[in-house]
Amino acid sequence: MRSDEIRNMLLAVAGLGLAALLPLTGNGYYLAIGVTIAMYAALATSWALFSGPTHYISLATGAFFGLGTYVVALGIDHIPYVVLLLIALVAGAVAAGLVGLATLRLSGVYFVIFTLGLAEMVRQVVTWIQNNWSGHRGLYVLTDITEEIIYWELLGVVALVYLVGWWIGRSRLGFALRIIGNDEVVAAHSGINTARSKVLLFMVSGMAASLTGAILAPRWTYIEPTMAFSPLLSFQIVIMALLGGTNRLWGPLVGVIPFTLLWEAISANFPNQTTLLLGVCFLLIVYAIPHGIVGRIEALARALKERGA
Amino acid sequence: MAKANAVLSVRGVTKRFGGLVAVNSMDFDVAEHEVLGLIGPNGSGKTTMMNLISGAFGVTSGHISLQGARISGLSAQAINRRGIGRTFQLVRLLPSLSVLENVIAGAVFGHRRRWGIDAEDYAHKMLVRVGLESMAYAPVTSLTYIDQKRLELARVLASDPEVLLLDEWLAGLNPTELETGIELIHGLRADGRTVILVEHVMDAIRSLCDRCVVMNSGAKIAEGTPGEVLADREVIRAYLGDDDA
Repeated sequence: MRSDEIRNMLLAVAGLGLAALLPLTGNGYYLAIGVTIAMYAALATSWALFSGPTHYISLATGAFFGLGTYVVALGIDHIPYVVLLLIALVAGAVAAGLVGLATLRLSGVYFVIFTLGLAEMVRQVVTWIQNNWSGHRGLYVLTDITEEIIYWELLGVVALVYLVGWWIGRSRLGFALRIIGNDEVVAAHSGINTARSKVLLFMVSGMAASLTGAILAPRWTYIEPTMAFSPLLSFQIVIMALLGGTNRLWGPLVGVIPFTLLWEAISANFPNQTTLLLGVCFLLIVYAIPHGIVGRIEALARALKERGA
Repeated sequence: MAKANAVLSVRGVTKRFGGLVAVNSMDFDVAEHEVLGLIGPNGSGKTTMMNLISGAFGVTSGHISLQGARISGLSAQAINRRGIGRTFQLVRLLPSLSVLENVIAGAVFGHRRRWGIDAEDYAHKMLVRVGLESMAYAPVTSLTYIDQKRLELARVLASDPEVLLLDEWLAGLNPTELETGIELIHGLRADGRTVILVEHVMDAIRSLCDRCVVMNSGAKIAEGTPGEVLADREVIRAYLGDDDA
């Protein structure tokens, strides 16, 4: 490892260690915001692992997230929780693999629409099955898992996503993805199996989303398709990741923290206009900071350096 | 006229796009260390022929083989791994990567695979080979046109291909650059590379090619040394029309 890598690793460990101390404050409100931030951090960072280098915008996060939630909701009375988390991981991988294989030939806006439609379809199918066969709309998840445990679990997922992202970044797979994002034709003519690389990375982000959903299921206690397969979640993740910047592993986190706080303020003060304000945020981000906060900071740093030199 | 030492063989290859026959039952061989010119008027199917060899398109019928093994029907990445490298008619680079990374991209996944320090060293060697070493850490956007072409060539060379396809690599260069370009391809010839080049620049064809295959309306109309084919009546007719033949 190079010295800057060791430094980053130490910084990340220190940051996570510090974050892990949050429940010790004993403040329920801080902890609730902490859970939300950790959840979005896991989702947005894993989303950016795939969509950052390839520029394929996926709106399927909600579908994988809901899948994980439902794995836990359906199995909690019969199977140990830890096993359910593993099942959620596998289910996320399989679902993302299938979606990846189905969408290989789609690019640009077609891919976006497909993933959005997919999330919506899954939600409708689950609703339909529950209405027709189970007789009730939702499912209860009653456990003795506390908010603190959920928070620590989510921090674990964030750490895992960072570790996987760091490993991918220095692997052939990560390099292949960057080439694919630049020019898929060149990638194929340079010997890269473009289909396999894309599907593998899509599976990684699907697994992370599914696992995150599974971990959050006990927090909600009562689970309905509209909550679990929320299309809003997919959009929020895209906005946060773009706000932070997708060119760096830690970019999405820089977007997640201000966005969560902003969202908290908006939904507390304007509960009926949240979607409208979300749209306005999206427009502002795309117009004002197309490369995200991190891209902005790096451009500023470059400009300062050039002026100094 | 199958040759014993043919590296690449094209047999009865046809490509249709709907009703249009872009390449019509082409036959030719490329021998090891040979520089073959694929020439013909605009729209005669040369670039389509290159796309068929590199796997950008699949053939409609016929087959293409590399060192005796069939490659037609394989994907572009599989064909690249077996040893066919190509440049594009309109230069294609990887703009968000540095010059050096652009070359490494060719070395990591292709015919001869390298990784890490090994790939980096080899990429540097390729940059030296094309005369671009001084720009190794520059952004791609700062390159002049000929340097972009050099970079693309370096990326393709980095996979150490058995057969190198150059699609109008000299097009659009000014006279000084053209001289540099021709010299560079001469160098590849001296290295013992097997090359197929699609070219319009006649001086380049005369000085670089061992043999030429001439295409018109998708079919082969002549084959031979550059001197022979350029004196051929049918070739002159194809280029200039009936009145000048």
